Amino acid sequence: MTDLFHNLRDAPVSAWIGIVIVGIYTILAIGAPVLAPYPEAASIGSQYQPWAAPHYLGTDALGRDVMSRLIYGARNTVGIALLTTALAFAMGATLGLLAATLGGWFDAVSARVVDVLMAIPALIFALLILTITGTSVLALVLVIAVLDSTRVYRLSRAVAQGILTMDYIEVARMRGEGLWWLIRKEVLPNAAAPMIAEFGLRFCFVFLFISALSFLGLGIQPPTADWGGMVRESAKLIGFANFATWQTATFGLAPLLPAGAIALLTIGVNLIVDWVLHLSSGLRE
Amino acid sequence: MTDLLLQMTDIRIEGRSDRQWKPIINGIDLSLNRGEILGLIGESGAGKSTLGLAAMGYTKGGCRISGGSIRFDGQELRGAPHSTLRKLRGKRIAYVAQSAAAAFNPAYKLIDQYCEGPVKHGVMGRAEAQRDAVELYRKIRLPDPDQIGFRYPHQVSGGQLQRAMTAMAMSCRPDLIVFDEPTTALDVTTQIEVLAAIRDIVREYNTAAIYITHDLAVVAQMADRIKVLLRGDEVEDAPAREMLANPQEDYTKSLWAVREFRRDPMPPQKEGTGPLLEIANVTAGYGAVTVLDGIDLTIARGSTMAIVGESGSGKSTLARVIMGLLPPWEGAIAFDGTPLPPSSRRRTPALQRHVQMIHQSADTALNPRQRIREVIGRPLEFFLGLKGAAKKARIRELLTLIELDPDEFIDRLPSELSGGQKQRVCIARALAAEPEFIICDEVTSALDQLVAEGILRLLDRLQREMSLTYMFITHDLATVRSIADTVVVMQGGKVVEQGTKDEIFTPPHPPYTELLLSSVPEMDPDWLTRLLAERGEI
Repeated sequence: MTDLFHNLRDAPVSAWIGIVIVGIYTILAIGAPVLAPYPEAASIGSQYQPWAAPHYLGTDALGRDVMSRLIYGARNTVGIALLTTALAFAMGATLGLLAATLGGWFDAVSARVVDVLMAIPALIFALLILTITGTSVLALVLVIAVLDSTRVYRLSRAVAQGILTMDYIEVARMRGEGLWWLIRKEVLPNAAAPMIAEFGLRFCFVFLFISALSFLGLGIQPPTADWGGMVRESAKLIGFANFATWQTATFGLAPLLPAGAIALLTIGVNLIVDWVLHLSSGLRE
Repeated sequence: MTDLLLQMTDIRIEGRSDRQWKPIINGIDLSLNRGEILGLIGESGAGKSTLGLAAMGYTKGGCRISGGSIRFDGQELRGAPHSTLRKLRGKRIAYVAQSAAAAFNPAYKLIDQYCEGPVKHGVMGRAEAQRDAVELYRKIRLPDPDQIGFRYPHQVSGGQLQRAMTAMAMSCRPDLIVFDEPTTALDVTTQIEVLAAIRDIVREYNTAAIYITHDLAVVAQMADRIKVLLRGDEVEDAPAREMLANPQEDYTKSLWAVREFRRDPMPPQKEGTGPLLEIANVTAGYGAVTVLDGIDLTIARGSTMAIVGESGSGKSTLARVIMGLLPPWEGAIAFDGTPLPPSSRRRTPALQRHVQMIHQSADTALNPRQRIREVIGRPLEFFLGLKGAAKKARIRELLTLIELDPDEFIDRLPSELSGGQKQRVCIARALAAEPEFIICDEVTSALDQLVAEGILRLLDRLQREMSLTYMFITHDLATVRSIADTVVVMQGGKVVEQGTKDEIFTPPHPPYTELLLSSVPEMDPDWLTRLLAERGEI
């Protein structure tokens, strides 16, 4: 813990910007029911209102408050992305570390299975599966988790292979330590830093992937608010934008709000990841 | 003085760590005449390399020269613009790194890397540089000098690479070459060739050199003058012969005395006890390559057996076979009369406990994420089932045994220890299993001589107190002289000679043992000249 505080104190400005951005999103996601002025899916006014009190970011096609939906969207999109990334890591890292430590046929078979999965374009594969299974949140989470776990498998296996050549692993093997001890106590703590950095990056990809699927209509389904879907719904408004006055210009800005929310979070997470990677690389300059 | 080449006065260098500048060199003066070889010696962290690099007006990343002046041939290097330094480096001041294998670019042929300097500096054209390279390769006695330059770095041996690098440093006929431990990574037999080559070529072109090393015997062969450093301060500076014959400072004397450690011979073993470890006709290897070929050994209880041989002779593979990490293709190993299963997975903890191993590099043998209490605590828990307070008490006991203060060290991470302390922790980890037999795989080769001597003394004391049996793998015959009872000489996976220490060190020797023994540098400054004359290489 003292290490963490020490590192935080030394963190560069860019990392702090990332931490602040992610912090704000986290607060919004957790506190959505309290912070959002209106409910997520209720129609509370006339449609397409401009940006004015009490609807500071206007209303959408069904007269729902856009600001409230953005806040709930943080909870849905980010929450599901986080769950999916965690699942992808649980699967990918377990298999990857096992494959590296065990070697032999397990390594060979699992590596080839992963190669096959990686050979199929992810978006096409996801669209195919979701068309068959239907677009439930569960199916969404599982499909993306399996697809992403292949990347995690590759990374964790490569990192673990490097660690497994160290003498302290040989010492543990000579002692006769079991597989579980080797992975948990000798390999995992040393693989943690690159894995945490990868978690951040994976999270971004998953979250962009969900948004992309939602934009295509196969992701999180209405009336649940999510940013990808909101971009899709408001995209057609760009055509009606009239930049003569501020009030009419807001139509053009409507799709940029959820898109900007997606972009800002991606940047924030990446700023933190850069810093974690720098820490784990051991560079001092 | 007209032939003064380099004059460094009151050099101060600082390194940045934990957000503040800490001194590495605290004001050292250094002067060097044309054609003079200065030996810089000291333990690691003494600042030898930092000072050597500063002679080029260079510091490693995170360091800065904070004071003093560096005058090279009348020109101030400190604070000189990069363009000025670039014109000097490679052309008038060259550098030879410790690991030639890491310093050469693996993607280019040797001769292309040779030509880069002279062509860039406009000293000569490419064709001329290539002819010159062949000439120098011949002078430095590389085999097949006409063709060797057209090989890639991985296609030549370590000793040849180090010589090629020296030739490369010579390419612009510089006035000064900084040698940073050029032979530390080499076997003694290869070291001789490199030392002779460096000495001859430096003399021939009247090049001044700064020769950085921690090996006193090597510096005795090479240097005209020796400067001893300790933690960034100068201890002593005197002409080589004078300092070797009559060191003035206590620290220098202690460095000189290291090589005199001799442990008392072990008392003869009691009647009726059989050998502790018997290795019968063991053959092993990796893939299709045979590394060990019909090894027979017996190690007596309570004795120390030294296994010597150059790298690639199969010493470490033998250790892996005994530990059960590499099941042998043929042959059997018996411990205290009980046959050991070939693979460690088949060995019960009760059996494996008695055989422990200490690795060469304590840096990689300690998990960087485990605190000392976990490192030593795990074998206690695993082999002896100790828990809680009993385990903690035993960890403290073991730390006291290896002469580290338990209160200070028990919660440290390996990165917070010095090299010698790390090796001590590895010893404590081996001792925790309460073994009877310990394999020490080059345990002192990564350490400075003073620290290494401390480790040897500790191992000797532990052996007496706990009646341990050691198998000591080493290529350093000075270590063998100080600790071994019996010696086994290995070459190419076979045992060339074995016997008691006195038998091995008394002539006549088989040719390989002779070569190995005669290659160990001695403190006598005339040793290299004499040896080369004997071998008829001059």
